[in-house]
This record gives sequence, C-alpha cells and structure tokens, in this order.
Amino acid sequence: MAYGPHTPADRQRMLSALGMTSVDELFADIPESLRSSPLRLDPPEPEQSLMARLGGLAARNRVDLASFLGAGAYRHFSPPMVDQILLRGEWYTAYTPYQPEVSQGTLQSIYEYESLIAELVGLDVVSASHYDGAAATAEAALMTCRATGRGRVLVSRAVHPHYRQVLRTYVDGAGLDVDEIPLVVAGPAGGTTDLEELARMLADADHPVAGVILAQPSFYGLLEPMAQASRRSHDAGALFVAVVEPVSLAVLAPPGGYGADIAAGEGQSLGIPPQYGGPYLGILACTEPLLRQLPGRLVGMTTDVDGKRAYVMTLQAREQHIRREKAASNICTNQTLLALAASVWLAALGPHGLRDVAAMGAAKAAELEAALAAIGVPRVHAGAYLNEFAIRVPNAAAVHRELLSRGVLAGLVVAEVVPDEPSLGDALLVCTTEITTSDEIIAFARELAGVVATLAAGVPAAEAVGAPA
Amino acid sequence: MVPKDLRYTKDHEWVKIDGDVATIGVTDYAANQLGDVVFVDLPAVGKTVDQFATFGVVESVKAVSDLYAPVAGEITDVNTELGAKPELVNSDPFGEGWMIRVKVADADQLAGLLDAAGYEQLTAEG
Amino acid sequence: MSASGPRLQPSLFELSRPGRRQDKVPHPPADALDRIPGEHRRAGPAGLPEVNEPEAVRHFVNLSQLNHAIDTGFYPLGSCTMKWNPKVNEWAARLPGFAQLHPLVPDAVAQGTLQLLWELEQILIEISGMPAVTLQPAAGAHGELTGILMVREYHESRGDMNRTDVLVPDSAHGTNPATATMAGLRTVSIKAAKDGGIDLDAFRAALGPQTAAVMITNPSTMGLFESRIGDLVEAVHAVGALAYMDGANLNAILGRFKPGEAGFDVMHINTHKTFSTPHGGGGPGAGPVAVGEKLEPFLPAPRVLREPDGTFRLERVGERPTSIGRMRSFVGSTGVLVRAYAYLRTHGASGLAEITDDAVLAANYLKDRLADSGAYDIPFPGVCKHEFIASAMSIKKSTGVRTLDIAKRLLDHGFHAPTVYFPLTVDEAMLIEPTETESIETLDAFADALIEIAREAASDPETVKGAPHSAPVRRLDEAGAARNPNLRWRVAAGDWTPCPD
Repeated sequence: MAYGPHTPADRQRMLSALGMTSVDELFADIPESLRSSPLRLDPPEPEQSLMARLGGLAARNRVDLASFLGAGAYRHFSPPMVDQILLRGEWYTAYTPYQPEVSQGTLQSIYEYESLIAELVGLDVVSASHYDGAAATAEAALMTCRATGRGRVLVSRAVHPHYRQVLRTYVDGAGLDVDEIPLVVAGPAGGTTDLEELARMLADADHPVAGVILAQPSFYGLLEPMAQASRRSHDAGALFVAVVEPVSLAVLAPPGGYGADIAAGEGQSLGIPPQYGGPYLGILACTEPLLRQLPGRLVGMTTDVDGKRAYVMTLQAREQHIRREKAASNICTNQTLLALAASVWLAALGPHGLRDVAAMGAAKAAELEAALAAIGVPRVHAGAYLNEFAIRVPNAAAVHRELLSRGVLAGLVVAEVVPDEPSLGDALLVCTTEITTSDEIIAFARELAGVVATLAAGVPAAEAVGAPA
Repeated sequence: MVPKDLRYTKDHEWVKIDGDVATIGVTDYAANQLGDVVFVDLPAVGKTVDQFATFGVVESVKAVSDLYAPVAGEITDVNTELGAKPELVNSDPFGEGWMIRVKVADADQLAGLLDAAGYEQLTAEG
Repeated sequence: MSASGPRLQPSLFELSRPGRRQDKVPHPPADALDRIPGEHRRAGPAGLPEVNEPEAVRHFVNLSQLNHAIDTGFYPLGSCTMKWNPKVNEWAARLPGFAQLHPLVPDAVAQGTLQLLWELEQILIEISGMPAVTLQPAAGAHGELTGILMVREYHESRGDMNRTDVLVPDSAHGTNPATATMAGLRTVSIKAAKDGGIDLDAFRAALGPQTAAVMITNPSTMGLFESRIGDLVEAVHAVGALAYMDGANLNAILGRFKPGEAGFDVMHINTHKTFSTPHGGGGPGAGPVAVGEKLEPFLPAPRVLREPDGTFRLERVGERPTSIGRMRSFVGSTGVLVRAYAYLRTHGASGLAEITDDAVLAANYLKDRLADSGAYDIPFPGVCKHEFIASAMSIKKSTGVRTLDIAKRLLDHGFHAPTVYFPLTVDEAMLIEPTETESIETLDAFADALIEIAREAASDPETVKGAPHSAPVRRLDEAGAARNPNLRWRVAAGDWTPCPD
C-alpha cells in the first residue's frame, strides 16, 4: 500500500498480540446482512503513472488564453516566495490548533491575518475566515437577523449572483426572508443600486429589515453609493453589510469608513490561484458590539504561565462544539492555509505593492475601455468603475465563442450567469488586472472588431450550444 | 455547605428573598463546573421573566450554560459589575457574583424550590 | 528546525519599517486613479506592514517551526483521521492546468477538470453505495447542512410540512445539532444504550411523523460499529423519515460497509479525514455528499454531467429547478478535490480496503496495549473500529491528575495529544485514532509514553499538572483571552510611509 508502513510481519505481530489470526475477525461485529459488496474500482496506480495521467488531464484545460474574465475570481501575480512558504509541511500538514502550546505558528498566522484584514476593511473584529465570499455573505445576513431580532434581509441585485443564490439557500433554511433591491435602469447611475427603491423597502413597517447588503465594487464593476445606503439602513434600524473585494481596498474607501457594521468578501484575489472555484477564502469582519454574534473561529493574544506572549483560539463558547444546537453556525473549520497564503502575499507586496496592483488594474481597464470604444464597443453603464465593466455586444454568446477560438477569453457572457437581468441580455463583463498586457488588450480589440464585422456582414453565428435554457 | 438562608433550583441557581425582591445568582457548584467564567449575558432591566424560563447565559472558556429564573417577575436590577469582572461569579458566587434582582410576582413559587439541605443532597448525588 | 530550536517571533507588524519595500510589481502610471471619484477613494494607505523578502520569509519559516504537524510527528486525534498527506497530491493540485483555471470558463476549455470531477464522483458513488454525489460543499459541516437542507426539501416537495425534528445520539459531534438548527429544525438527543451503541427502543419511541431525519455516525464517535443500524434505518423509513450518515468515520469501513446498501439516504464525506487532503492548520477541507434516489433531484446546482459524446459540462442556470440551489460560489473546492482524486486513484480498490484493515488493526492493537497495562480505564474493551476511548477517571480519582494534564504531558514526549473530552458522554475521555500510516514503532512509543505518564501521575502529579514543560510556550491564560479579547494588532498612525500618490 502506498503510504502504509506495515509489513506482513508487523501485521502478524499485531494480530498475535490480539490473539487473532485474521484481520477479518476485527470486522465480525458487522452483521452479515450489512456487509458490503467488494469495491469495484480500478487497481492501485503507481505514482509515476498517476503523474503522467494527471498531467494529461491538466493539459486538456486551457489556461493560455488572453483572459479578461473576473466576475468574482481574479488572477493576480503571486511572488514565488508565497508558494514556497505554503509548501512547508509544518504549515499545510498541521491540524487545527486545539493544543495551542504546539500550534503557535498557526495561531500567530491567523492573528496576523485577522489584523491585516482589519486594516484593509477598517473594522475591528475579523473572523479566522469562512468557506468563501458567498458563505461569508450568508453568515453576515444571519448575523443581522440575530443582532436585530428582525427576520428580513435586503440584498442588491448588483451583488454577485452566486452570493445571492447562496444567501437564499441559507436564509430559507433559517426561515427568514430575503428581498432583492432593484438597480437603476438608465442614466448616469444606471446599473447601480436604486436608493429610492431601497428607501421604499426599508419603510415597510410590517416587514422591518435586519440588514442591507451591497457590494463594492459591484458584480458589474461599478462603484456603489455605500455611504448613502449605509445611512438609510441605519435610519431604519437595520445593519449595513458591505461585500468587498480586498485588493480594491488598497485604493477604495473601506467599509469602516462609510459606517458598515459588517464586511464580507472573497479573499481569493489575495494571491490565491483560481483553481476552478476553490478552495477560497471567505472574509468576515464586524464592529466590536457585534463580536458575540460573529460565527467562526477567532484567535486572540494572551500570555502563558511564564508571561510569554502567545496566541489562542478564543471565545469558543460561540462555536458548535460547545453551543451545539444553539450555535450561531455549524461551521467547524476555517480556511487557515488560505488565510496564511493571503497574509504571506500581503507581506510580500506591502501596502505600496498592493496599491500598485490595484492601480495598475485600473490603468489597464481604462486602456481596455479606450481600445473597445475605438472599435465602437462602448460600456453599458456610465458610472465610475475600478477594473471591471460591462460592454454591450449583440449576440454576446456567439461572439464570446468565436473569440475563444481565436485565443481570447472575452470575460463573462452575463446572460449565462444572470439570465434574469434583461438590461444585460447582450453584455460581456470584462476585467483587467496588473497581469493583463497591452498586447492582450490590442488583440482583444482587434479580434472583437473582426468578429463583430463578420456577424454584421451576415455570416451566420455558430450554433447556440450552451445558450441559456 | 451552601448558605442556609437561600433557596435553590435543580439547575444550580440560588435565590435570596428580601421582602418582595429576589436576588438571583448561580451556586459555587455551578461555577466550579463551568470553570473560569468569561462572560455573562444578562437581560435588560424592565423585562419580565417566567419561573424556570431562561433569563441569560453564562459562558466559560470551554462551556456555556443557560440561566433559569427560580421565580417569575419583573427584572429591577442587573449586576453591571459582571461586564468588566465576570470572574466574580467564580470568586464570590453567592455575594458579589449576583446576577439579577426580580420583583417577585408570586411568593408561592418559592415553595417549589429546594432548601439548602435539599440542594446539598442534589449536588452530593451529582 | 533551526539550530537553536523553534523560537517565538514578533508580530509581522513589529518587523515593519517605514520605507522598507519589495519591488514585486511594476509601478502604474501616476494618473491611474485620477478617474476614481474622491468620495470612493481611500483617505490614506492601509496600515499593512512594510517588510522585505528576507524578513518576511524568515518570519514565516520561523513561525512554521513552532507547529506540530503530520510532517513532524504523530497525531492520535480521534475523529480527525490524521493520516499521511501525500506529496504527489500537492504536485497535482499545483499543475498550472488545474491551478490557473478560472471557474467560469466555458466548459469546452475545462474538460480536464470536469472529467476529473466526474470520475471522482463515480469513485465516491462506489464507496458510498449511493447513486449520486455532489462535490460542492466546502467542508464536512457544510456537507451536513447541504444534506439536511435536501432532506427538508424532500419532505416539503411531498407536502409534508410538519417534519420538524432531527434525532441524534447523545454522543454526536456538535456540528450535527448545529446543522439542524441552521436548517430550522429541532434536535432531539437520544441517550446511548449501556454498550455504547444506539438505543433502538429509545429511537423507536422518539420516531414519528414529525421526524425529518436521524443523523448517525457509524462507527459511532466511540469507535464502535453500530450493529443495530439496519433495524434503525428500517424504523426510520417506516415513519417516512430519512437516514443521514455522518461519514466522519469512513476510514473504518472502506470495502466493509457501504451506507447506501444499508439503506442510508444521504452521507457526507470529509476528504481531509478519509482521503488525506491536508488540514492546513484548520482548513481548507471539502465535504462531498452522497445521496440515494430520493434526494438526487435536490442536489445543489450545478452538477457535472457527461454527454453521450463523452465530453463533460456543468448544468446551466435553472436547468434543474428541483435543486436546493447553491451552497457556495462556483463549482466547489476543486483544488482540494484534485488531491482527493489523486489519493483515491493511488490506492484503488485493494488499497482502500487495506487502509481500513490496517487502521482498525492498529487501533485494536493500541487499545489492547493500554488495556493490558491497566494504566487507563477502557470503557469499551471489546473490538473497536478505527478509534477507541481511554479514560482517566480512575487516575483522576486517585491522583487528581486529569485528562487535560495527561494531554499536555504527551506534548513533552513529542506527540500531539488525542482528542480530549469528546464524546461528551464519557468522563475524562481521550478518543484515540492512530490511522493506518503510523508504524508499529510509533504505536508502541505512544503507548509507552501514555503508560509512563500514568505512573508519573501517581508519583509526581505536579509535574504532569504543570505540563507542557518543553513546548515553545506553556499553558495559556485562556480565561484572560476570553474576558479581554485582543483580536488584532493595533497599528499606530504614522507607522507606515505614505504612498507616493
């Protein structure tokens, strides 16, 4: 067996010590009627063959495209020092720090992660992380209900569709209500959250609101009126939740600055590779008064009996292993290794490097916008954005497919992920980061111009495989 | 030996009666079971509580316990000292570790509680 | 380990010096942010530490050396299955074809990963004996919630709106009742029978039209196979409820027991337990969920589908309206699943059966070594599965030394402590799970250490009570940490240089 150390002699010795001759005797307590059929699986695969086959599988994915795809997962440069640290077995093969005396590495790394995120979001209390941005957002919503005693949550339609879906799953599970705040349809604020509608929804005295959730930047890349939304929420006795993109916080006003009570978000952009969806890093932070409502692990600083500074998981009475059915959440793990990855990445870049990453993404985005406008493809919306925006492209799905065959991953076909936003029925959501090159931008614009011209000339678009049902 | 002038619940709360005011806390047995108390979640003054309903929560490092009201009534006073010094529950559970005061709604409810001897017996069996 | 041993480290923030920087990325144009309206701009830079590469790397390398890890030594943690984390798995997950793939790319350019995920589902289908699997949940607890939400949806889809209860044995892991609460259900805890197994009569009495599901861990959290499980599942189905199996202890039954064949309707799997994906200090893990036919329509979306032409795709938005919806963004913790896949392919059918055989053999060997020594109480001395309980009740009575102290003293011997004070139903419990990847030499050394500590408890209890003595730090003031929480480093204004903005 691949990793088991027992020789036949070892097994013999153990069986003899037990007064047995066959390991089957140790399974005699399984009743006949419950004994299973044998496992019908392939035979064991030696490492060399396994590696060849895995390499072959990986090669069937294409990661060489000129990519303009963001939509909640972002590619950033990761300095090699980060992964080399993450490959240390003391980090990735360590267990949850239940015995703090032999886990100070993990514990201090989590404390540092909490501190780094606290600086970025401008809120005092940061949990040791959740599964992903969507789960963190859902937990934030449940927090607002617990804290206010109210049962209704409002979420903007400009929040990531996956997050809204997960929110619905969690909130329905808990017997609470979630309503979506519509977007402004047209004009300079088109595509952003409709504050008048928000005010109307907050004014419904029969259904008081526990929490209001907006994203900054929004799923569509636009900058939202967070301060105003925060104020209106508080005026109605509701809490305000900001869903944030952490790299953008190097240059954008943090949630603590505009009165958010809770911040949630996806930490994948902090140097964690996209990995086809996970594992990712759910960020959750709150103000001091909400501390006891915060689900998940917390690491705090303390001292040992000799007075040495030390770190320990604290306020565990909130968690499932103690509260059991009264726990705020059933969460048992956090994403420690990814929190470490984020911390090392932030240490590698520093505040100036992080700012440069965010600013370079913005610069590339302006370059992209200009290149696309020059070929007659404008943005859908007029409002300010950081590094992601929607463009209007007739036959978006067909265009996207054609561009793919020419080596360009032209962002996201919005209608395939948000089929119920008619204003974006023919739109692509495109994104740039510091690793987007000018050559890629030029190629995107050139190929897009070519594809649009071909379609306009009446050449039929490719069959609609993969169009929304 | 627990104080003889108090009454007790089987969930380890004690109650001291002074006229129609009941002072309530948890016993030293409870404090020992919990270990170092780190937080006491107490209700607001003015709230009413039913007999044997929960009025709060006491947390230690490794455990958490609901607090049950020995008698019903309106909460007239809450020990705010416990906010900064939850350890009073361990160091002086029958004195400075008191938790709430209640205006007793029905004096007959006291009859259903344990006296000191009854409580001693309960904890000896425990 | 550095020549002088592991050393405590200052915080990353204390290493920061204004002006210390690393030039990792090119500088953007000076006007890059001019178009961002002032009201959206950050007033000052975030107070992140300014460190250089040598300082940063030394910090994280030195910190790592303060950790016990599987790569440094034994972790006999019951219920956690701390088996070896294979190195080829790390290589596999880091292949750029897997690691750099964006989760929203068109299916046509993700065929390698989609095939891997589909094949992984097939393997888990065979292991579980159930017809369908979701790979979406990000952890075991997440899988539990997924499973229970599907159970609720199943009942509601049949117009059965009064299924409010989830029954669990009182030895259940804390996530089980917490999960029920998150799904809006009430937990009913059923006391175990005297032999530690489920009390069938007590369960039968509690089962009724209000029961949504029963959640059972098998083997139980005491390491015992639930031989009455067949009767229980029958009784559960007879009242129209569903049977959920907590798959945390799957390591004990590979190739010997398939929950689906025994009638279970749903089971979650912890890849970071049974299938070796690394714990990473507390995460990430993954919690695939296997389901029977009744629950298949409700699986989270999107599922991975295989087309008749042999290609793979994800379900489209809205393609399967019966789904409970999404439990997370994107498809799943694919990076973790790649590791689990590599592990499962490495072992194959015979390897997996061998894992269970060796894990159970090792646990029984260790249990008998301790039982024979008389040093500890063994509440369930008969044949166990992959883990067993030892108790320090007698030691506590005669010496005052508790399980907590014994656990800390084990650290001085270079072992991580076992799981302590769980399950809640046994006093002064230690739940010990050696797994199949520890040598007999390690097992013997661990037994010897435990026996020596028991002797020391009698002859020199103060040393045991004061342990650990040789760890990087000694016992911590946990009460102080909870009473006056210090949860973040405070950065003073002026601790960093302004950005050249």
